[in-house]
Amino acid sequence: MRITGRAWKYGDNINTDVIFPGKYTYTVTEREEIARHALEDLDPTFAANVRPGDVIVGGRNFGCGSSREQAATCLVYNGVGAVIAVSFSRIFYRNALNNGLLAIVCPAAVEAIQPGEQVTIDTEQRVIRCTAGEFPFPPLSPSVMGIVEAGGLVEYVKRKLATT
Amino acid sequence: MSGQTFAQKALARAAGLANVEIGQVVDARPDVVLSHDNTAAIRRIWLQFGQKRVVIPERIAITLDHAVPAPTTKHAQNHAEIRQFVQEQGIRNFFEVGRGICHQVLSEEALVLPGQLILGADSHTTHFGWLGAFGAGIGRSEVAALWATGELWLRVPESMKVVLEGELPPGVTAKDFALRLIGDLGADGGLYMSIEFHGSGIEAMSLESRMVLPNMMAEFGAKTAWIAPDAKTTNYLAERLKRKAQSEDRRFGKSFETLAVSELQALLLSMALFPDPDATYAAVHHYHAADLEPYIACPHSVDNVVPLSAVAGTRVQQAFLGTCTNGRLEDLAAAAAVIRGRRVAPGVRFIVIPASSEVLKAALEKGYIQDFVEAGAVIGVPGCGPCMGNHMGIPAPGEATISSANRNFRGRMGTPDSEIYLASPAVVAATAVAGVIVDPREIGG
Repeated sequence: MRITGRAWKYGDNINTDVIFPGKYTYTVTEREEIARHALEDLDPTFAANVRPGDVIVGGRNFGCGSSREQAATCLVYNGVGAVIAVSFSRIFYRNALNNGLLAIVCPAAVEAIQPGEQVTIDTEQRVIRCTAGEFPFPPLSPSVMGIVEAGGLVEYVKRKLATT
Repeated sequence: MSGQTFAQKALARAAGLANVEIGQVVDARPDVVLSHDNTAAIRRIWLQFGQKRVVIPERIAITLDHAVPAPTTKHAQNHAEIRQFVQEQGIRNFFEVGRGICHQVLSEEALVLPGQLILGADSHTTHFGWLGAFGAGIGRSEVAALWATGELWLRVPESMKVVLEGELPPGVTAKDFALRLIGDLGADGGLYMSIEFHGSGIEAMSLESRMVLPNMMAEFGAKTAWIAPDAKTTNYLAERLKRKAQSEDRRFGKSFETLAVSELQALLLSMALFPDPDATYAAVHHYHAADLEPYIACPHSVDNVVPLSAVAGTRVQQAFLGTCTNGRLEDLAAAAAVIRGRRVAPGVRFIVIPASSEVLKAALEKGYIQDFVEAGAVIGVPGCGPCMGNHMGIPAPGEATISSANRNFRGRMGTPDSEIYLASPAVVAATAVAGVIVDPREIGG
C-alpha cells in the first residue's frame, strides 16, 4: 500500500481533547459530523482543508488522554492516510490500528518532515519518503498486522467468528 | 527464568499461560469488561458481528456516569438504548444514573478482585491497581470485540518501580505525589509501562488515598498500575462481598454466607499476585515523603507542575471537587474541614460532586454536605460532572477553574479559552473560599 499526501505537523503531547473534544462524545455520532470536529481545538483550519491521503505528523505521546475512539475515527473519516509520531499514547495507538489507520513510530521522519510538504509512505517497503530523504520504520507484530490487514478490528472479529 | 513483574504474572494468568515474557503479545481473557455512557455506541459496533447474545454477560459491568442525569434529549436516548441492551442481554452488573462513577462504583461493589484483569472503555481503568488488579483502558471497538469473543490481544508491558518511603507530611496528599511524579518525568514518563508502587509511604496510605495513584497514572501514559493488596485492601473487599453474599456465590462456586470476613480475606489474598524480588524493571524511582509538598498542575498540561506556592494568588472563577480521582469521602472530609464555618468567595462557584451515592450518603451522615451547602457550594449528582465538559459546571471563556480532577487539557471542560488548574481537595476548597489559589495551611485550614 502507498499513501501520498501533505503533512500536517504538530508538537508533543497532542491530546484527545484537542483532537476530538469530550463534549461531543455522546451527541455527535454521524461520520460527517465527527469528521467536521477533527482537531477543532488544536487547528481550526484542519477539517476544512484536509485532503484524502494527508498525513499527520506528531511529536511525543501523540493521542494522550481519553480512550475515546473518535480521536482516531475523526481522522479516518477525513481520509487521513497515516499518523507518524515520535511515540504514541497506547490507547490511541490501538484505536488507530483497530480502525485501519496506520500509526507509525519514526522519530527521524518526524524531525525531517516540513509542514505542508508532500510525504509518501510505502507500507510494503516500510519506508517514509519526503524532501529530506527516506526513513525506514519497523514492522508491526504479526498478530497486530493481522488486524490491520483485515481492515480493522471489526472486520477481523467478523472473520474470526465466521471460522469458529 | 528471571523474576516476574506483576504485569507478567497478571497477563500470564489472564492468558492461561504458565509465564510470559516482556514484549510478548497474548490473547487475554479479562475478568471484567467495563463501559459507561459509551455502551450505546459500543452496541452499535457489536451489532455488526451479527450475534444475538454477547458471550460474556456475567463479565460485563456498565455504569451510567459521564453525563447524568441526561442533560439533553440525545444523551437521554443514549441512556435509553443502554438500558434496553442491558435488559435484552441479561447484564446483572448495571448501575443506574446517580449510583456514581464507574471506577468508584465497581470498587465499592467489589466487582474486581486482586490479581484479576479488567479492561474498560475508559482511560482511567488503571484505577483498579489500588486493589492489586491489572486495569487498562481500551477503545470502543475493543469492548465490542470482547463482548463477541471474550478475549483481546495485549502486549506484556515493561514495568517501572516507584518507591515512596515515609509517611506524607500534613497537607501533602497522594494527589501531590502523583503530580510530582508526572511533573518530574513528564506526561509520557510512564508511556506504555506498568507502574508498580512500593514502599512504606504506600503501605501507610489509606485505601482512598491509594486509589488516587493508579488512577492518575493514566496521565503518565501508563498501561496499568499496581499497589500490593494488604489486610486493609482485603478487609474492604471482604466486607463488601459478605454484604451481598448470595448474589456472589456464582463467582467463587462456594457459599459466602458460611465464610467469616477473615476467611474471605484469606481467599482474596490467595488470589493476589506479587512481583518477584528479582523482577526486571525498565526504571526505578525513589521518593521520600518528607521531601514532598503541595503541587499544582497549571494549564494546559498535567505535567506542567509547580509547587503550589508558585501560583498562589491566581484568581479563579470556579472550584470543582469531585471525579474518580478525588471525589471520595476522604476528599470531601478534607475539603469540608477547610470550608466549615466559612463562605465561598464572591464571584466563585464551588461545585461539589461526590464520586458515588455511597460517598454522598456517608458525607450526609458526617455533616460534610451541610458544611458545603452552608458555605454556599453547589452539590451535584454523583457522576463525572463537568470533568470532560459535558455539563454541570462548564466554565465561560476567559475563566479559570481549580479542580480536583485529573486532566487540564485545553478545551477539556468545554471551552478552549478557559484555564484549568489541578490540585488536591483541600487546596480546591481553600481556593473556593479565598477566590485565589491558596495553600489551605495558610488560611488555617
